[in-house]
Amino acid sequence: MTFGVDVASMLLGGVAAGMVLFIVSVGLSVTMGLMGFVNLAHGGFAMLGGYAIALAMRHWGFGFVSALVFGFVLTAAVSAVLERFLYARLYGADELDQVLFTIGLVFMMIASVTLLVGPENQPLTLPPFLRGQLDLGILQYRAYSVVLIAVGIVIVAALWLGFERTRLGAQIRAAVDNRRMAESLGINIARLFTITFAFGSGMAALGGGLGAEFLGLDPQYALKYLVYFLIVVAVGGLGRVTGVFYAALLIGVLDFALKKYVPQGGTAFIYALTILLLLWRPQGLFGARAT
Amino acid sequence: MTKWMITAALAALALTTSWAQAQEVKVGVALPYTGIGAEFAQLVDRGMELYLKLNADKVKPYKISLIKRDVKDPGGANAKIAVQELLTQDNVDVLAGWIYSPNAIASAPIVTAGKKLAVIMNAGTAHITTMSPYYVRTSFSMWHAGYAMGEASAKLLNAKTAVVGYTDFPPGKDSLAAFKRSFEAVGGKVVDEIPMGGAGAVPDFTPFFQRAKDKKPDVFFVFVPAGDHAAAVVKTYAALGMREAGIKLIGPGDITQDTKLQAMGAAAVGLITMHHYHADLDNPENKRFVEAWKKEYGAATTPDFMAVGGYDGMAAIVHVVQTLKGKVDSEKALEALKGWKFASPRGPIMIDPVTRDIVMNEYLSEAVMKDGRVFQKVIGKIDGVKDACKEQKIGPCAPK
Repeated sequence: MTFGVDVASMLLGGVAAGMVLFIVSVGLSVTMGLMGFVNLAHGGFAMLGGYAIALAMRHWGFGFVSALVFGFVLTAAVSAVLERFLYARLYGADELDQVLFTIGLVFMMIASVTLLVGPENQPLTLPPFLRGQLDLGILQYRAYSVVLIAVGIVIVAALWLGFERTRLGAQIRAAVDNRRMAESLGINIARLFTITFAFGSGMAALGGGLGAEFLGLDPQYALKYLVYFLIVVAVGGLGRVTGVFYAALLIGVLDFALKKYVPQGGTAFIYALTILLLLWRPQGLFGARAT
Repeated sequence: MTKWMITAALAALALTTSWAQAQEVKVGVALPYTGIGAEFAQLVDRGMELYLKLNADKVKPYKISLIKRDVKDPGGANAKIAVQELLTQDNVDVLAGWIYSPNAIASAPIVTAGKKLAVIMNAGTAHITTMSPYYVRTSFSMWHAGYAMGEASAKLLNAKTAVVGYTDFPPGKDSLAAFKRSFEAVGGKVVDEIPMGGAGAVPDFTPFFQRAKDKKPDVFFVFVPAGDHAAAVVKTYAALGMREAGIKLIGPGDITQDTKLQAMGAAAVGLITMHHYHADLDNPENKRFVEAWKKEYGAATTPDFMAVGGYDGMAAIVHVVQTLKGKVDSEKALEALKGWKFASPRGPIMIDPVTRDIVMNEYLSEAVMKDGRVFQKVIGKIDGVKDACKEQKIGPCAPK
């Protein structure tokens, strides 16, 4: 196998994994950046969404795409309710309280899913057109990875446009940069928070469903990958869509390459790299310097 | 007079309790009933319960009660605590269980100190049985399948090169060592060894499999824990087009665990495994066993090699209870099991009198589509296989 094809297959695999990380993490980055809220239950929403999608496909006759939409809407709705009744009470609380609350929420999510659905992995069967190999000219590659990359690019483009070119996006950016000023300009922050939170959780659900092919789907999902999501947000910087995007791709590709070429190292490399990177740039690679 | 009466009463009480002890045998079961191993624990547990239910008349006049403890995870520490509690608080007569090797390894010193017969019903790292003289294994050693598979790969599948991918924990390393030793002894070459993450969580296998694919071996031997790891392996193998690239996926039967096989569907077709049991084995004991299982636990369920480990393990315990007439003395129990023979659903089995490990048949099987379901077709059989690691006294299996 030639070197070029080798690198191409590595990039495809890594970028596809990165896309999943991006889709799940972007909501976490925005809510943490916007609300200053440490939401460790974010992975839990990804897990709940993934379950909704898998169960909808298996038991209620949904197709893959319609199940993704269903998972997004359901998770967004559930999270909006939680945000109004639980999260909103802790916006003024200090970070330790927020961490304790959201970790408790994760444990409750894990226990509830184990009780209601069971401890085993939920198989999520892709529709036939997403399975197998796709001929890309120079090489054959896993069709789903290629589709995932395309979907990821569409999502990042849509999010970028949404953030940079719409009124709501401008309000969110304003609130991230200076909440008090935004509030005094008449922006309804509470409503903005609910919308953003629900949207972020919906994205997590989408990531849970789209990523199930690689990451699996079981109750422990909520905690298992949380570290990766947090790394992406830390490296990407808070509240920056493009930052999270580049960070997710970087981590996806690096993790893939290290696992492929140095499998003996396990996951240690990626953590070591993150530590070094944050020592060098505490605000993240793409985050604005703290003022 | 009063003194005499108290003495008599005490004597009577002592008599009744010793009589009660003779009647009831307490079996302490250490299994991961919650967490990542919950599914496996259920299989072993159901195997044990099914044996007791089907053989109620063989247990009489004694009573076997199971005291179940959750060991939670594959880490070892929790299992050690559970075993200690079973011994000291519940005063069990026999210990049983162990899904994960690290748990059996961690429990070994406690088992030795507690001096109770301990029946291993799954954990497969070869040298576990050398770690305590009270361990007897009714499941398998990684070397049973791994060693047999190495030879079969070269001789029956005509493989010259192999890549080994394994989950990085004791049975994974064991499986690698077993396969490599026999495959290279008959002229094959292991061109790459890939550790693929731990047993605690299912990783994304894509980078590891990409690496294996780039090496273009004839066969890709994979050991991962059965269950969700195995399902992900088969999925990744299919998605990366390794079959089309001419690489055969082979391994011990963990990758085609009966409980996961039908969900894998067409992706599983063509997988070649070496193992001591699968639900499609054609023998009268297995037919009865599978039928009883489906009747008891539902037509959609199936037993697998873990269930058989529990079933045969309970058969061993009942044999001990009968031989010793309900009074389980550990040394005599060990004697009763040495050389014990049983017609298991996996075929004839025996406990090796020297190593206390199992001797059984190994079956080479290929997954094929038959009547709309994945069926494991036996394409080769080796009779009376012993654990090669202890036979050849390799590494930690050598007697100290």
